[in-house]
Amino acid sequence: MVAFLKRVIVLASVFAAGCSPAPWNNPYPARDDGTNTLYSSFTERPRHLDPVQSYAMNEFALIANIYQPPLQYHYLKRPYQLIPFAATAVPQPEFFDVQGRRLPQNARAQDIAYSDYVIRIRPGIRYQPHPALATDNQGRFVYHGLKRRDLAGIHAIGDFKERGTRELVAADYVHQIKRLAHPRLHSPIMQLMSEYIVGLKELAEQLAGENKELPRDGFLDLTKFDIAGVQVTDRYTYRVRVRGKYPQFLYWLAMPFFAPVPPEADRFYAQPGLAQKNITLDWFPIGTGPYMLTVNNPNRQMVLERNPNYEGELYPSEGEPGDAEEGLLRDAGKPLPFVDKVVYSLEKEQIPYWNKFLQGYYDTSGISSDTFDEAVQFSGQGDVTLSDEMRKRGIRLQTSVGTTVFYLGFNMLDPVVGGYSERARKLRIAISIAVDQEEFISIFRNGRGVPAHGPIPPGIFGYREGKDGINPYVYDWKDGSPRRKSIEAAQRLLAQAGYPNGRNAKTGEPLLLNLDAAGAGPDSKARFDWYVKQLDKIGVQLVVRATDWNRFQDKVRKGNTQLYYLGWGADYPDPENFLFLLHGKQSKVKTAGENASNYVNREFDSLFEQMKNMDNGPRRQAIIDRMVAVACRDAPWVWSFFPKNFSLQHAWVFNSKPNQMANNSLKYQRIDPAMREKLRREWNQPVLWPVAALFLLLALSILPAVFMFRRRERATARLDVLPEKA
Amino acid sequence: MIAYIIRRIAYAVPILIGVNLITFLLFFVVNSPDDMARVHLGMKRVTPEAIVKWKQDRGYDKPLAFNSSATGAAKLTDTIFFDKSVRLFVFEFGRSDQGRDIGYDISTRMWPSLAIALPVFLLGLVSYITFALLMAFFRATYVDFWGVILCVAMMSISSLFYIIGGQFLVGKLFNLVPISGYDVGAEALKFLVLPVVVGVVGGIGSSTRWYRTIFLEEINRDYVRTARSKGVSEMRVLFRHVLQNAMIPVLTGVVVVIPLLFMGSLITEAFFAIPGLGSYTIDAINSQDFAVVRAMVFLGSVLYIVGLILTDISYTLVDPRVRFE
Repeated sequence: MVAFLKRVIVLASVFAAGCSPAPWNNPYPARDDGTNTLYSSFTERPRHLDPVQSYAMNEFALIANIYQPPLQYHYLKRPYQLIPFAATAVPQPEFFDVQGRRLPQNARAQDIAYSDYVIRIRPGIRYQPHPALATDNQGRFVYHGLKRRDLAGIHAIGDFKERGTRELVAADYVHQIKRLAHPRLHSPIMQLMSEYIVGLKELAEQLAGENKELPRDGFLDLTKFDIAGVQVTDRYTYRVRVRGKYPQFLYWLAMPFFAPVPPEADRFYAQPGLAQKNITLDWFPIGTGPYMLTVNNPNRQMVLERNPNYEGELYPSEGEPGDAEEGLLRDAGKPLPFVDKVVYSLEKEQIPYWNKFLQGYYDTSGISSDTFDEAVQFSGQGDVTLSDEMRKRGIRLQTSVGTTVFYLGFNMLDPVVGGYSERARKLRIAISIAVDQEEFISIFRNGRGVPAHGPIPPGIFGYREGKDGINPYVYDWKDGSPRRKSIEAAQRLLAQAGYPNGRNAKTGEPLLLNLDAAGAGPDSKARFDWYVKQLDKIGVQLVVRATDWNRFQDKVRKGNTQLYYLGWGADYPDPENFLFLLHGKQSKVKTAGENASNYVNREFDSLFEQMKNMDNGPRRQAIIDRMVAVACRDAPWVWSFFPKNFSLQHAWVFNSKPNQMANNSLKYQRIDPAMREKLRREWNQPVLWPVAALFLLLALSILPAVFMFRRRERATARLDVLPEKA
Repeated sequence: MIAYIIRRIAYAVPILIGVNLITFLLFFVVNSPDDMARVHLGMKRVTPEAIVKWKQDRGYDKPLAFNSSATGAAKLTDTIFFDKSVRLFVFEFGRSDQGRDIGYDISTRMWPSLAIALPVFLLGLVSYITFALLMAFFRATYVDFWGVILCVAMMSISSLFYIIGGQFLVGKLFNLVPISGYDVGAEALKFLVLPVVVGVVGGIGSSTRWYRTIFLEEINRDYVRTARSKGVSEMRVLFRHVLQNAMIPVLTGVVVVIPLLFMGSLITEAFFAIPGLGSYTIDAINSQDFAVVRAMVFLGSVLYIVGLILTDISYTLVDPRVRFE
């Protein structure tokens, strides 16, 4: 024991003397030290990595770096701007009338029967090395005739020794559009796209019929089917015909739904036995993007590595004002990607993640409410700054407003809070005034939010700032800023609505409303209690009916709610993607759409139909202004807030700029591995004296027991403890 | 013995059917196949048609337990219950609702669970029994007094505290081991140290007190006094005679959990990011993956029954008076 302690103390002295051994708490293998690797995490395994199925942010964060749709968002410029990715240019639609006659670009939307998007892709783009494309000397696919016995020892895509590649062609994009209609893939945008892409619906019906004839896992060969509105015009060009004028289609072309998938991949993965080993396209993507998924072990780690066949893309040389000063243009013109490898480790809990970020084992981090006070502080002027500890470590803070809106909705079909009467409208506005969003943001989001005055978030065309952008029914403009109307004003409106002091003027019964929301646990309880207090300010009783997500969805779908709480994140940066949430045709009860309030206003709907097909400009802005004004007047939502995202980066991470739309931003990130290695060693020196102290303490506490044991063992029978009669 | 084991296995069949039935009922009382489809299809743009297709693909469009539109035996066999539950009896777990092979997932995820659970079990057992015997030896002294107080204090603290405290002290302040994570082969060792230590320390309070009670009951028996009278050393008395004779209650609590070591620990695996079966089960519950939940519940039941049979067998090994009758 003494010898061991001596050794421990000697070791500790060596470390204290300045020797800097590799950290013991490094969760990564020593061979990865100093490599050009970015470290991040995931909390739950992605459900889908097939680009036709994937529709969640955590899935996009991976596959957007693997697949290469025709378009992408400019990394630095704001407002968000589409630029070519695999395409040679952003396609301009060609318009046609019902007779097939070409129309000018300024044709009226109602005259346009079809819009053709002709997309030309860059020649020379090649797929990542993949066994589905491996060929032998005769050009035959090595792994397209697999038998079950060939799969012995194969557990992941990396177990196939041979890999191949080929050039990306326009037919691969067309193949992927056909995959939207595949009866077994359940693409979430199939129904929406079938309304627009000519022939997609018919193809889906045809494929469904064919699928019925096949055995359960039989291969449905899409190459045997055509789609009327989508054609390959030459090796690198394809045309997509959509119904009417649909300018938002370009945004869809920047999403993985329209990324290319080679037909060989479908054929490869359909072979018997592979799905039983979880080797599917949904698990092992094949793309032409800057990275390829080389390890997909959702139980532990997912690894993206540089696609050796990816070339030709350079870091942008233009940004928005201030980017150059921020150092975001320092790498202008350099080839992408910068980072060789991205390691995502499973991290289910926030506390270990945060501690590992502080130790330098993760390169970036968000800020949870648990760690907010440790990470940031508010200055006297209310500005957010980093805490001293963070600054000491060289950590940087970035903030951005999300393209997401949260709202407290009224069910317009409800006889009390719904409807379009003046009584109901005043009741809704009174509630809107009473629910103090500024307080909510302060208490529950640590100030990380912007109060909403309408459905369109900042950064999206149509959003108005300043006096023109306030909701005049809930706020007044005073001293250059919006001020929430007083509770007295809300009470007056409530009285006009027939509920003076929160009681029905006719019956005298208190007004009791129900709020339906998904959520359980102490955090949700505190939030719900807060809502109860807000309505209590005007004498209205609120009953919170908290439930799980499924029950909640069920109630909303059937219209069995009065008030409910929801949010929406943008698919693309267009006001249409927010205003459609209030479009009558999207009524949840009537059409199973996304309008959960079931709000129907003829003027709003008519303006929406005009606005949705327009190009951004003053006319469109005027229509949007009117739509927002109509919605604010009717108040189908209590406009809550737009979340503000805070993110932290270590000093060795460069080129990081929040981009709410681009999910393929990994390729722009650059790191300084040497700086990271140096700081990691500095921050993570093992501290051994507590171990020595612990052993010492144990020894000291055991010693008396040892002495007592030995004394007892040597002791003889004592007379004083013998029975008396003895 | 073989006849006994066969008889016990036969008894297990109706138990497993009952477990299956209860799991099925509980799951489908709170979750309809429509709910499951919605969870799997995501939050945005989920159409009724997509839900219908999802259910058809996975066989959830059939009646739950009785198909009135079918004829003959198909009334019972052409149902969700028959499709999803009966194959479990031949250990065909099928595919998860996410499309992954459950058997393969279980076979890969049980090893990390075992890598934590087995050392915790063995080290814990040895430590707890040793501590308990020492406390019994020092009964009615300050060692026993403070030992009991320490045990009560330790068993009153939540296991979460040991985990977070351990991560903070050992991983963050002293920088001795990684805070969380997992790797394969020899690299796994550095990740296992902290969860194993936390697991063992976290169990000291309750287990030591439990074993101490058992040993104290045994230590006052006549044969112990006889052994001491014969001059047998106290260590030999404790570790040879007392321990051996106290084995029945010890085995009752110990052997039954051995097969369940594969199933992993929910909290430990979540906080230490260990990719074991504990986190597999909770992930399945959160994502309403009934296929995985029923497989894990079934497996848990089977292993528990195996544990009970092993316990009975172990009785005969330590106590010759116990017979397979």
